[in-house]
Amino acid sequence: MIFNLNKDINNKTFISIIIYFLIFIWVFVAAFPFIWTFWGSFKVELDFFSISNWTNAITGKNTEQTYGSPFTFVGYHGAWVQEEFWKAFINTSLVCFFVVITSLTIGTLGAYALSRSNYKYTFWLLIMALIFRAMPPITLVAGYLPPFFEWNLWGTLPTTIIVLVSINQPFTLWMLHSFFQNIPKELDESAKVDGCSQYQAFGHVIVPVMWPGIITTGLFSFLLAYNDFAVTSMLLSDENRTMVPKIAAFLGTTYTEGNVMFAVAAVVSATVPLFILIMFFQTKLVSGLTQGAVKG
Amino acid sequence: MKHRTFFWFILPTFLAMFFFITLPIISVTIQSLHTPHENVLVTVENCDPFGCKKATSINHEATQNLKKNNPLGKYVGLDIYFDRGHLAIEQVKNLWSKTNNFFEFLKLTADLPFYKALFFTLTFTFTVTPIMLVLGLLIALGVNSFNKKLKGLIIFFSLLPMIVTPLIGSIILFWMIDSRGIVGNFLQILFEDPGLSLKASTFLTWIMLIVYGVWHAIPFSFIVFYAGLQTLPKDQIESAQIDGANTFQQTIHIIIPHIMPLITFVTLMQLMDNFRVFEPIVGFNAEAHATSLSWIIFNDLGGETRQLSAAATSSILTIFGIIILLLPVLIKTWKEFEFKK
Repeated sequence: MIFNLNKDINNKTFISIIIYFLIFIWVFVAAFPFIWTFWGSFKVELDFFSISNWTNAITGKNTEQTYGSPFTFVGYHGAWVQEEFWKAFINTSLVCFFVVITSLTIGTLGAYALSRSNYKYTFWLLIMALIFRAMPPITLVAGYLPPFFEWNLWGTLPTTIIVLVSINQPFTLWMLHSFFQNIPKELDESAKVDGCSQYQAFGHVIVPVMWPGIITTGLFSFLLAYNDFAVTSMLLSDENRTMVPKIAAFLGTTYTEGNVMFAVAAVVSATVPLFILIMFFQTKLVSGLTQGAVKG
Repeated sequence: MKHRTFFWFILPTFLAMFFFITLPIISVTIQSLHTPHENVLVTVENCDPFGCKKATSINHEATQNLKKNNPLGKYVGLDIYFDRGHLAIEQVKNLWSKTNNFFEFLKLTADLPFYKALFFTLTFTFTVTPIMLVLGLLIALGVNSFNKKLKGLIIFFSLLPMIVTPLIGSIILFWMIDSRGIVGNFLQILFEDPGLSLKASTFLTWIMLIVYGVWHAIPFSFIVFYAGLQTLPKDQIESAQIDGANTFQQTIHIIIPHIMPLITFVTLMQLMDNFRVFEPIVGFNAEAHATSLSWIIFNDLGGETRQLSAAATSSILTIFGIIILLLPVLIKTWKEFEFKK
């Protein structure tokens, strides 16, 4: 008996050591690339890509030789001023702002209706949304291009915003729908008994309770707009490019011109807002990820 | 809710999806059945004292007319679907009769552009999904036993690979595995091969992309499973412990069944997302060794010659692929709905 118990404890510690090791590795693997690239973005290319000695990337030996300090903002200056990355930053801000506002407005209305109706068409609408959600957005682009060229709508920010809102609707609907399902229907009913119309019940009773769900869904709409590459790079003209397609364009030009550090600085700049987002909204993001799993 | 009220609530989102998803699908379908008009050529015979010469030139007026009367292009039925760039029926038939065994047949088929993309997409989808499920579950089980402060920190760093723009994430990893980057450098020392380059071989490129895929996807399964573990039935685990079940048995018999719905959910989401793999191929500059269905659509759409018909055809084939992939889930949802009634 005692022997068995000991064996069990040994087994247990063995398993926990493996699991702790695994988690340590994972956290390292998850965080290290970002820390490394952030640190390296203040160096010159010879340090960031060091052929002779990899410790140069940490100490910044060549950076110090060139600029007298192991840190330099040359990459950032090149990206933001010389290559006009600030324009891409403004474009991204505009796109994200309007995508989030519009998605949430029309998505909340739609999802509310879907969650409060029991007719068969509700089911079919949700299934259609699921199929649309499953389709890669790039498959739709061939359908956008001819009419956009024909009517001179191609390349502008508003067109892209409307397209992004629409292709994100299926996802937004599903997420908000599952949040609405958690709000008891009795709440609407009692408001209606007190003399509210369905619209008033929605505006005065449901929306105030829904704020956490709306904010969470807004975060994911933001991420979808911010992270999109396939659609934005196909629909935006060169001067209207947002950050991600701009970085992709950087890769081509800067490699040939030897300005890789511009691209590194741009990449780090585009990651910083996301970093801040996670810092402030960690719990919201976690609840959003699990929301679809709990219901639906 | 009354039909009328429902209608006004759903209208804006319905219109958005109708005009920018349904209509484009129809348009893509039509485009995939047409090719652009060829220029109308006219042959004129010019005769002079030294003899007659035939000259061919483009009849601009006739070409314009043709385009105007038939803006969609020339109807070609399923020709584009069967051409060399897509299903390549003829080439596949040829290979089938020429090759001796199935493996050789597959190998040669994989050189055709569409099948090359299809094979990579499927390999990526069906390797990344199971690996991320297992690793995500293991990490979730481990983190669950940590104290609260540490948990928050681990979750913070874990979210990074998933939240960061896929293109940016893959570029960052690409710089690190560059032969002058830290990981590339390290691998060269490890294998004592200064010429080692992950970019040079198809096999290593695929591994690299799959590793990226897992890295990007682990946070999702980890977070969802972690949330599921918070609702574990404590009394069941306690009684299992009293009955002498070890950690492994507890995991298999209590924890896994408890979070089974979550496993289904994560699998479904991952199948969808991995099937559209695209950004890492651009980020890793890997198109010489690996292409995906999304990538060939993107490639046809871009550049100087926007080959809309070819892209449209690939799009329709991709949509078919995703429907086949999701068919079991759709049938299950339908049955549940019928059952509820």
